[in-house]
Amino acid sequence: MSAFFYVEIFQILENKFGLYCKLLYVWCPKARIAMRPIIQNIFLILLICFPDLLSAQTTIAGKVTDKKNPLIGVSITLKDTYDGATSDSSGKYSFKTSEKGEFILTATSVGYRPFEQTIKLEGKGILTIDIVLKEEVTELSAVVISAGTFEASDRKRAGVVLTPIDIVTTASANGDVTGALKTLPGAQQVGESEGLFVRGGTAAETKIFIDGTLVNNFFQGGAPNIAGYGRFSPFLFKGTVFSTGGYSALYGQALSSALILESIDLPERTSASFGLSVLGVNGGYQELSKNKKSSWGGAYSYTNLGLAFAVIKQKQDYSRVPVIHNGDFNFRIKTSATGMIKYYGYFAKNSFDFTEKSIDSLGYFDRFGLKNFNTYHNITWKEGLGKKWKMNAGLSYTLNEDNINSGMKDADKNEVLLSGLEFKTFKLDLDGNYFNAKLVLERRLKGISAIRFGGEYNYSDQKSIYTTNNGQQYPNRLKENVKALFAETDIYLTNKLAAKIGTRLEQSSILDKTNFAPRFSLAYKVAKQAQASLAYGIFYQNPESRYLPSPNNLGFMKATHYIAQYMKVNSVRTFRAEIFYKKYENLVKTGILNSQNSVAINNEGFGDAKGFEFFWRDKKTIKNVDYWISYSFLDTKRDYLNFPYATTPNFAAKHTASLVIKKFVQPWKMQFNAAYNYASSRPYYDVRFDGSKYYFADMGKVQDYHNFSISFNYLPKIGNPDAKSFVVYVLQVNNAFNMKQVYGYEYSYNGLRKEQIVPPSRMFVYIGAFFSFGIDRTENAVNDRLF
Amino acid sequence: MKKTIFILSAILVASFSFAQMPEKFVKAMEAKVPAVDTTVSVQGLTDLANSFERIAVAEKNQWLPYYYAALCNATAGLMIGSGGDIMVAKADKTDPYADKADMQIKKAEELVKNNSEIYVVKKMIATLRMMGDVMSRAQTYMPEAQAMLDEAKKLNPDNPRVYVLEAQDKFYTPEQFGGSKEEAKVLFEKAQKLYETFKPETGIHPNWGKNQVAYFLSQYK
Repeated sequence: MSAFFYVEIFQILENKFGLYCKLLYVWCPKARIAMRPIIQNIFLILLICFPDLLSAQTTIAGKVTDKKNPLIGVSITLKDTYDGATSDSSGKYSFKTSEKGEFILTATSVGYRPFEQTIKLEGKGILTIDIVLKEEVTELSAVVISAGTFEASDRKRAGVVLTPIDIVTTASANGDVTGALKTLPGAQQVGESEGLFVRGGTAAETKIFIDGTLVNNFFQGGAPNIAGYGRFSPFLFKGTVFSTGGYSALYGQALSSALILESIDLPERTSASFGLSVLGVNGGYQELSKNKKSSWGGAYSYTNLGLAFAVIKQKQDYSRVPVIHNGDFNFRIKTSATGMIKYYGYFAKNSFDFTEKSIDSLGYFDRFGLKNFNTYHNITWKEGLGKKWKMNAGLSYTLNEDNINSGMKDADKNEVLLSGLEFKTFKLDLDGNYFNAKLVLERRLKGISAIRFGGEYNYSDQKSIYTTNNGQQYPNRLKENVKALFAETDIYLTNKLAAKIGTRLEQSSILDKTNFAPRFSLAYKVAKQAQASLAYGIFYQNPESRYLPSPNNLGFMKATHYIAQYMKVNSVRTFRAEIFYKKYENLVKTGILNSQNSVAINNEGFGDAKGFEFFWRDKKTIKNVDYWISYSFLDTKRDYLNFPYATTPNFAAKHTASLVIKKFVQPWKMQFNAAYNYASSRPYYDVRFDGSKYYFADMGKVQDYHNFSISFNYLPKIGNPDAKSFVVYVLQVNNAFNMKQVYGYEYSYNGLRKEQIVPPSRMFVYIGAFFSFGIDRTENAVNDRLF
Repeated sequence: MKKTIFILSAILVASFSFAQMPEKFVKAMEAKVPAVDTTVSVQGLTDLANSFERIAVAEKNQWLPYYYAALCNATAGLMIGSGGDIMVAKADKTDPYADKADMQIKKAEELVKNNSEIYVVKKMIATLRMMGDVMSRAQTYMPEAQAMLDEAKKLNPDNPRVYVLEAQDKFYTPEQFGGSKEEAKVLFEKAQKLYETFKPETGIHPNWGKNQVAYFLSQYK
């Protein structure tokens, strides 16, 4: 951001310098020095021309086109000589040469295949050679296979939607990757639990990948009806691909959506940072080696919500306020011009304990306590193997431990056991070990066409111990191996037409089943900046691990996607419209088995989702203002889990819309951001069992959801290249108008009472200051606000 | 006496340098090089860049035509990238110029190592890359541009073009962002002084930038 001024430099240069030069030559007596080149030129031209008058010359002239339109700036050369010309604004060129004999005439221009023709020069006359250049299929000019996908990165192509800076300056995002993605079409405004609910799918149907490998426990552990935040900073990632459907065969085990995050390479400079906010402190250090071939670094943050919760009243009463210790370490080594090894290691300790008024028994309180330890390690190696081959290998390991304490307390906050509600007092200890490996090989075919193939292995070992109030323990252990093979090819038939054909073969050890998932998409460039795409694919996913192992013979859940997209993108505006249909089959149905609730009994659930979405981003119409609008219409019904029949699930709103505005006011060094998110009323249900079947004992709709958030970033040292330190002050107000937000309803155990599910506090105010030393890391600091 | 020896050795070096260059090449270059300092249109610069590239490709072993081709392409790109809204990425228009300039300067660098002039062009290319998409690229290319300028200065502290670029950055940066017209003036004057003593190896070696300095200094009057 500190470089805005460059634009001005050249604006002024262009406007003034050209004029200046003209004036200088005409008026300024001091400009004789400047005149000299022109005099020299004339002199030389005379020198060169004079003998030319005597010697024999051939004039070569013609017109360069791409069949239809004239091409400007094409370099025409008589090979191995200095002679040639550049085509003018009407595509015409002309030059003289004294050469005689056979020569090759070449014409080259960026984006076109080079042209060559042998010509015979006789030292006289005019040789007319019209040249037709053919377009070269290149990544820059080719159509992008994009149905269902939002690609957000600094790629050279124009499909850029959201950058890391966009994410942290989205007022409603709270510095969270998924928070910003919720302002894009396709995602629901679900606030009571973490994750991305995409196009009528549950949060579990969206899988998140970092550098190709699956990430388990992407979110911090939340509590019932309190969403957890994403663990990872948006600035760890240089690219974000958010696919709301029809994604590549390289990814699997997600019925609805894949969020593909690509981590950054080497940092620009050695730097240190420090931050202080109402939520805690953090510090970090990154060192770039002298030869700029490797780097290492680490960061630590301490978050304590005690102060914030003392000022902003929470619905819950905390006996232990949330405290998070969070550290990470990384190294990156450049192995060759195209190769890089990257390691990222993370650990976090998180704990809290609270009570809130019990819905089941008046005057009593529900207690919920969580202790979490999480460590995540990811190492990847990408390398070019010769001219045509590329390799991408990745390994990741996660250990996640949760200790949950649930119970009831009386008015004096003493533990109590109420008759009939004994089941509410329990302990749950979870211990998950996850190991993921992936290898992708890519071979370039003709032009930019390519074929990719490889394998993936996901291992999980989850242990749980459920302890009842009388100390009875119910241990469970679930080991699962999912192995996958995949192949995919991008075929660019022309610059205008491309296809991606892929297949994925997956085997699950716990289900003891194999699936085969074909994927297909097609993109056609309808105009210079506009394209239309189609996508089709079959997607499989295991039932969630909480339903496994099942006494019944369960299989994969299945979704089939059909997507049609129209997109018009230029550097200042993006318009995207998409229409989709998604069919769900083999969803898990639950029932009561041996007096145990929520046991998966079969795979006979089904459903569908259809809708359309618009996205519009405009950086031009209002000067220095960047805004985007998204709208999603969703019509979805499903019969899954304990639903008695197919209906709209409680996480799906028919209409969802967002408006995000950003403005940087340069003289004030202030960035103003605002976001408005809307979701129409969502349904809610009370599902009861009458002894033989489930039925809806009660249902209704919550009020519409509105959220208006604002944030200000003050960057007093921005753009000062000499500053040794940088500082950012952040003020953020979430739900600035203090509007009531209702996410749904919860019911008492006996079904006689219902209560609104609302956020822990309506408004939330965040204030922080971040410092960095050695490098302009202002943008990074903005992000560290998240907790 | 010292001065005479200096001039004599300069002439010797110059004639030696010329000796390595075919006469036809020198003549063709002499016809084109002065235009580098006076061409201010994109079309004109593209034209010039193509001319230098033709010479470069025909000669194969001369770094100067590659250098000038890269310089002209970078300057043309900077002109295209100028103006408009700061939030707006123009990479689709400017990157082809940066790519071309980058390729050419790399070829020049293969033929002459550790040359201050080459790093001057590399600085311009880094700035051009950044201008393609200021919002998302400044973080990467601002420090790179600075590093290239530092290297250019290190290799030849008396290269006036290093100070011309540095001074321009200072001149156009708003004061609240660390720019300073006064500091720029000092740098322009330093560049002007260096031009007085700067002796290009030959008549076709880089010696551009004097006009720009004169223009900027005239702004102070």
